[in-house]
Amino acid sequence: MDLLSPEPGLVIWTGLTFLILLYLLGKFAWRPLLSAIKEREDSIKNAIESANKANEELKQLEATRARIQAETRQERDAVLREAQSLKNSIVEEARAAAKQEAEKIVVEARAQIEKEKADAMLEMRQQVAKLSVQIAGKILVENLASDDKQNELVEKYLNESNFN
Amino acid sequence: MVSKLKQIALVILMLLGLSCATHLRAENAEMLKAEEPEQLDMTELIFHHVLDSYQWDIVGWETESGEQKLSIPLPVIAYYDGHFICKLSSSFAEGKRIEEDGLVWYMGVPEGRVVEKLLLDTPSEKGIRPTLDISVTRNVASMWFSVIVILLIFVSAARAYRKSLVPHGAVGAVEAVVLFVKDIADEQIGEKSAKYVPYMLSLFFFIWINNIIGLIPVFPFSTNLSGNIAFTATLAIGTFILTNVNASKHYWVHNFTVPGVPFVMKFILVPIEIVTMFIRPFTLLVRLFANVTGGHIIILSLISMIFIIGSLLMSLPSILLTLIIFVLEIIFGALQAYIFTLLSALYIGLAVNEEH
Repeated sequence: MDLLSPEPGLVIWTGLTFLILLYLLGKFAWRPLLSAIKEREDSIKNAIESANKANEELKQLEATRARIQAETRQERDAVLREAQSLKNSIVEEARAAAKQEAEKIVVEARAQIEKEKADAMLEMRQQVAKLSVQIAGKILVENLASDDKQNELVEKYLNESNFN
Repeated sequence: MVSKLKQIALVILMLLGLSCATHLRAENAEMLKAEEPEQLDMTELIFHHVLDSYQWDIVGWETESGEQKLSIPLPVIAYYDGHFICKLSSSFAEGKRIEEDGLVWYMGVPEGRVVEKLLLDTPSEKGIRPTLDISVTRNVASMWFSVIVILLIFVSAARAYRKSLVPHGAVGAVEAVVLFVKDIADEQIGEKSAKYVPYMLSLFFFIWINNIIGLIPVFPFSTNLSGNIAFTATLAIGTFILTNVNASKHYWVHNFTVPGVPFVMKFILVPIEIVTMFIRPFTLLVRLFANVTGGHIIILSLISMIFIIGSLLMSLPSILLTLIIFVLEIIFGALQAYIFTLLSALYIGLAVNEEH
């Protein structure tokens, strides 16, 4: 029966042709095609991975940002508080210093006044003494013109001075 | 991917539906021409189409002087007892005989056969077949044509990836089918599949494209290569060789010792396992051959019914039935390529893997 008897010629040609086809397709079709598909699969995989990674990083970044914000807020509050207290203390200090200074000035002024007063008193005493001597001199010139009077006066002073 | 496959299927269906119509016309013309003699030999007509031929008929017509044919002559190459012959088939036309070195070569129908074969007369014997007939027959020429088609499709598809890793249009369709076949190999063979994927892909498309070529009824298609037992046998032998050459130790131990059964059972099971090794490729070759040839014979027989019954009324049911079978054949064309590839991958997977 023709149908069921394989012709050796066709077997040989089929085998040969299929081997050549296998080689040509393998080299020029399947290898580039499959490697291109593989490459694409890899690039898609990489893209998805890097997208996930970027997402993850974004989340981390967001968390970091929130944390930093909170920290900054706290810090700001702390700084404000500190500044407030610093201000208070400076004001307080300044006030104290001013008070001290004022007191010192008052003391100094008082001392000065005392000194001035003493000086003035001294001066006045000297002036008075000088005037007194002058007056006394003049009086003496007038009064001691006679020996009687001189004696009288010496007597008087001697009496006045208490030798005790 | 699914919608892409649908698109491909639709386009193929439309194309083949169209060619179905031409097929019917072509066959009708052939039948009408053959109707003139009283006795219509449908068997010969069908077998002429289903079997191989030394020349490739393009078109035939009837003239007053007889049947005329426009056909492409193909090389006839044969060897017998130290003598080579290499002639165009046209040199044997109209029963011409070629005498060389005491051998007479001619075309004739051997005993018990239906179609013409190259025969020769030696001084002592008459009408014998040459030792080796490696003529480039219609099937061989059609096979080479299919190789060109396959290379054109897939090499150009592969080239499209040079421009972009995401090609558009037809290349996407090609890729969908390629990945479909690659998945078959990957699923059945597993880790070691990379080595066999090129074979599986080539096998699938070689069978499928030839099935389609066989279904398109006009020149240069309409040959019945994938329904030829020599063709299917060669491919089955390929799978058989790949299966056994690359088989793991486990496969041979399993086949020849059948571990895990009582000793007496081994006398039954070892022969069964060994026979199975050969039956597997045999089922592959018979399945493809019978399906494709059967389809061709059914279509031709349904058309022939019009002429056997000789009534115009018969043409309507006949053509309708042919159309149904034709659509089925289109499906089977892809299905048989799929089954052949799937089972090849399965057998190889069973053999090369250590455990299954």
